[in-house]
Amino acid sequence: MASQTAPGPTMRTGSRPIETSRPVGDEVKYTTCYMCACRCGIKVHLKGGAIRYIEGNPDHPVNKGVLCAKGSAGIMQHYSPARLTKPLRRVGERGSGEFEEIEWEEALRTATLWLSGIRNDDPRKLAFFTGRDQSQALTGWWASQFGTPNYAAHGGFCSVNMASAGLYTIGGSFWEFGQPDWDRTRYFMMFGVAEDHDSNPIKTGLAKVKANGAKFVSVNPIKTGYSAIADEWVGLRPGTDGLFIFALIHELLRAGKVDVDYLIRYSNAPYLVIQDPDAADDGLFARDEEGRILCHDRASNALKPSDDPSLKPSLKGHVTLPDGRGAVPAFELLARRYLDERYSPDQVAAQVGIPAARIRRLAAELAHAAFEEEIVIDQPWVDWKGQKHDKMIGRPVSMHAMRGISAHSNGFHTCRAIHLLQVLLGAIDCPGGFRYKPPFPRPTPPGPKPAGKTGEVQSNTTLPGAPLGFPTGPEDLLVEADGSPRRIDKAFSWENPLSNHGLMHMVITNAWRGDPYPIDTLFMYMANMAWNSAMNTAETIKMLTDKDETGAYKIPHFIYSDAYYSETVPYADLVLPDTTYLERWDCISVLDRPICEPEGPADSIRQPVVAPDRDVRPFQEVLLDLGARLGLPGMTNEDGSPKYPGGYPDYLVNHQRKPGVGSLMGWRGAEGTETGKGEPNPYQLQKYIENQCFWQDHLAPDQLYFKHSNKNYLDYAAKMGFIDRPEPIVMQLYSETLQRFRLAAQGHGDHQPPEAHRDRVARNFDPLPLWYAPFEDDHNDETEFPLHAVTQRPMAMYHSWGSQNAWLRQIHGSNHLYISEKLARAQGIINDDWVWVISRHNRIKCQVRVMTGLNSQTIWTWNAIGKRRGAWNLDAEAGEATKGFLLNHLIDDLLPAREGGYRYSCSDPVTGQASWYDLRVRIEKADPEEAQTAAPQFPVLKKPQGIGRSPALLRYGAAFQEKTGDGGKGGTS
Amino acid sequence: MTSLPKTPPPKRLGLVIDLDTCVGCHACVVNCKEWNTGGYPAPLSDLTPYGAGQTGAWLNRVHSFEAHYPDTEDTAAESNADNSRTVHFPKSCLHCEDAHCVTVCPTGASYKRVEDGIVLVQEDLCIGCGLCAWACPYGAREMDPVGGVMKKCTLCIDRIYNEEIEEAQRQPACVNTCPAKARHFGDLADPASEVSQLVAKRGGVDLMPEMGYRPTNKYLPPRPRRNSYDGGTGPKAPLPTAEAGGGFLAWVDRLLSD
Repeated sequence: MASQTAPGPTMRTGSRPIETSRPVGDEVKYTTCYMCACRCGIKVHLKGGAIRYIEGNPDHPVNKGVLCAKGSAGIMQHYSPARLTKPLRRVGERGSGEFEEIEWEEALRTATLWLSGIRNDDPRKLAFFTGRDQSQALTGWWASQFGTPNYAAHGGFCSVNMASAGLYTIGGSFWEFGQPDWDRTRYFMMFGVAEDHDSNPIKTGLAKVKANGAKFVSVNPIKTGYSAIADEWVGLRPGTDGLFIFALIHELLRAGKVDVDYLIRYSNAPYLVIQDPDAADDGLFARDEEGRILCHDRASNALKPSDDPSLKPSLKGHVTLPDGRGAVPAFELLARRYLDERYSPDQVAAQVGIPAARIRRLAAELAHAAFEEEIVIDQPWVDWKGQKHDKMIGRPVSMHAMRGISAHSNGFHTCRAIHLLQVLLGAIDCPGGFRYKPPFPRPTPPGPKPAGKTGEVQSNTTLPGAPLGFPTGPEDLLVEADGSPRRIDKAFSWENPLSNHGLMHMVITNAWRGDPYPIDTLFMYMANMAWNSAMNTAETIKMLTDKDETGAYKIPHFIYSDAYYSETVPYADLVLPDTTYLERWDCISVLDRPICEPEGPADSIRQPVVAPDRDVRPFQEVLLDLGARLGLPGMTNEDGSPKYPGGYPDYLVNHQRKPGVGSLMGWRGAEGTETGKGEPNPYQLQKYIENQCFWQDHLAPDQLYFKHSNKNYLDYAAKMGFIDRPEPIVMQLYSETLQRFRLAAQGHGDHQPPEAHRDRVARNFDPLPLWYAPFEDDHNDETEFPLHAVTQRPMAMYHSWGSQNAWLRQIHGSNHLYISEKLARAQGIINDDWVWVISRHNRIKCQVRVMTGLNSQTIWTWNAIGKRRGAWNLDAEAGEATKGFLLNHLIDDLLPAREGGYRYSCSDPVTGQASWYDLRVRIEKADPEEAQTAAPQFPVLKKPQGIGRSPALLRYGAAFQEKTGDGGKGGTS
Repeated sequence: MTSLPKTPPPKRLGLVIDLDTCVGCHACVVNCKEWNTGGYPAPLSDLTPYGAGQTGAWLNRVHSFEAHYPDTEDTAAESNADNSRTVHFPKSCLHCEDAHCVTVCPTGASYKRVEDGIVLVQEDLCIGCGLCAWACPYGAREMDPVGGVMKKCTLCIDRIYNEEIEEAQRQPACVNTCPAKARHFGDLADPASEVSQLVAKRGGVDLMPEMGYRPTNKYLPPRPRRNSYDGGTGPKAPLPTAEAGGGFLAWVDRLLSD
């Protein structure tokens, strides 16, 4: 027992003067965080010109005052010793790290020389890919101004499966285009690792779910992160989520626990599907002469257009069309498919690894929450037909999914399956369900088709549209007459027709192979392709350094922009040093990836909080400068002078995509009084700064739900320019787009796939969600490679950027391989043993931790902690390099050769999403004699000029407590 | 040696930490470091921050571990996985009423404030002997690896009374920043305070009460996990089939014909 110690010789009591009201700093500036993709509002306190403290902005719509570990470590990111300091030109071999510093003028002249030659010759020879870029509205536009279709950001290896499945199905998607109704939901089901996107809102949302007594179910093979606080953890086998969802759907259909009324009102379930095998329109919707989709009307027993307000459609039954052919409602096809016994819980249980009884219970719980815990809000609203509803009725089941679904080769269909489940429950944009964030919902799919067809790419000519878009049929693909790809990444080709975000992960491989053609210049921004952003990392490095028989690099030029000395910088020929996020202007635009909330649209800016102390420039400024030097029409006046002499802020205010439509929605118009659309306002950025660097609008109470069908919301959305016309958004449970591709593969139409791709397209373009085993399962023997290997996202790290951060690397400074107790026992492995992880492609060596809360067929590690020696200005002996490791080395970027020798990329066949969660491996205990170091190791990267010695110690902030001083920078040595 | 206040402080300021919603994100850990490295205990140094063996002084840490179950047969491994609990446990100074870290201090550097019970270190008196860290059963004190003086949670004493800060933000940095709302700050001597109410409602507990240090901070245990078959609300049995005859589609048809 503790007891009071007797007073001693230095007895002092506890009342001493303390300065408790010291000003935090001498200046406060608001801006937007960039420590991950969440884009929270931050309040930056400055003292003596140094950053004293960064906190969440309490008024900001995204984070409402909270800030995660990454955001709170922004000081260390800003002052990172890995910051590049001046433009660099490579003087040694690629990868040698031998550079010379050059002036910006010379750097820009060099880039202009290379790029102008390409633009004159063949603009496709520029491959411009921009990584974790938050300015895609600018970079995509720049690419189309340049005239190259070879543009994308990192979505292709991140989450395009989620975006595409959502946009083609419900007209919105998880995260950026929608979120659970955290305040009202009664049952929240989360699929897969989700810790890296929307990080603060999800954490806050989970707290609400739990405080409200709602149930949180986490479906994830690994019980870390959010799964740790779930009421129920469903530790299924990786890649089987689709089967699990189908079993839930099977149960709900079997029991009649679907919202039939909702399906009729808001989905294409009643649309009649032509049943005429071998016809060119088999499986498409029946239409009348005016092209209107037909349904069978129960009341009149006749066919009526789907948008006829008097329609009372059937959901089942064979109908004879006027031309004598048969048709059935899409719902009947859907119900028959998922009622099939092969999707019963009993049939899928073994493959999924979840007992059938448990799947049945979860289905019963979903049904209970949706139909027995119905929410009624006394809020009248008017639907698109003009029909008035007294109340808003909600089915309080919500869902969220991200990486674990996305990064599988069956991810597109699995994500569609989740949306199907949500729609069957009537749980989209209703109280307690999943809510759209304006500008979504948009038509399914939204927006224009990708530009870059034959004839659209010409010397010194802009593209007629954006390089990325949404095909709705084979005629929209970017393919040559023989069906071969036109883009360097093979996006929008028969290999991955709906690759809406491109395939950044295939660019280097394809450019190196010259498949479909060689390029001249690879131009990249913020993408660590020579390390954790590539599958098959070691091979990627070889491709960047490989030379042809003349001794020239196979990829002739590589221009790279980054703020930090990442693993990729040493491979560039020309390095354009970017600023940190606190030194720049930026725009989180509705034209790009908005920060909107379900309660209303929003956008935001970054403003420079501190001035750069190095010879660096924001990449967006550099792009506009290059554009003017190249004479790109959108960036040049008729007299040849730059159109945006004020740089990026000038562009943000004055650039108009369409008349009245610009980067920012707030304070438009000459007087700053217009919202959404309006003339440029020269004081717009000032208004944003005055409003803490964000703008938001608030929907009226009657617009808050059923946005897909809500007249007052749709009118508002059309007025704001979110949608072209105030028409309802119909949820596409049955996808006619997919069926069009299937028909082409079956031999119909003018645009058909080359023979070699026919089967693959016909198989995977199913108009209803389907499940197939992840592709790697087809190529790996269950006995030889019995395990699935995946990554999880540490909440305190974002991709590769975190390891240079003195604080964050004290939290995650190296990584282990986590294996199950069962596996550990079977192989006689204990904590801290070293093992080899072996895939069909490669092997790595790493150190083990044994874990209980883990699917026994799964092993995992934290993503992107492993670093290459010498990168990020870390010591060569840093734990990230000696013990840290990547799974990337194990992943082949190509699938094994099929008949005829062709190798498809390791990607989803619909969207091209990189399938890095498909990985199959085995583990073997390493010989204790083998060095206790992670393998593979690569030569230590040499630091370029301008990167100084990292400090041996930090006393950051010491100076803030002194009366005078050098700000926070004092005390390092 | 140093005395504790002769009479109990009128206020017992402290934290209430909710283990039901803490996801182990480390927001509190880093925001604490960020505030305090330039605040009252400035600096919180870091040693070899960019090399091997990186280390530093932190006032708050999250320990993540699994609640282990007794070893079972191989066949039960999946059920072990289902039954295990992944725990994220944030830990900082608990501002004990019977704070031995104070009473062992030979110089009077460590003390417990008479006003509000906050335990502080007056650094100019600290000789870095480390006795207080030995005396603390919770491992809540950390020696600054560069300065050689003891660092500890101050409950952000330069925030909570700071008139330069907006009133709503006069909270410890860890509380303001917590995205999962798992951290609460207030006066645990006042039974009417929000934190006291929360502790009462959720059955908040002391950490290692048997040691007798009477910590001020409290932990809220995880809420019971909800599984409708095992006592939760909701269904108790699988869904019954909609219709015995004609199947689901016939049921839909009949539903629509109503």
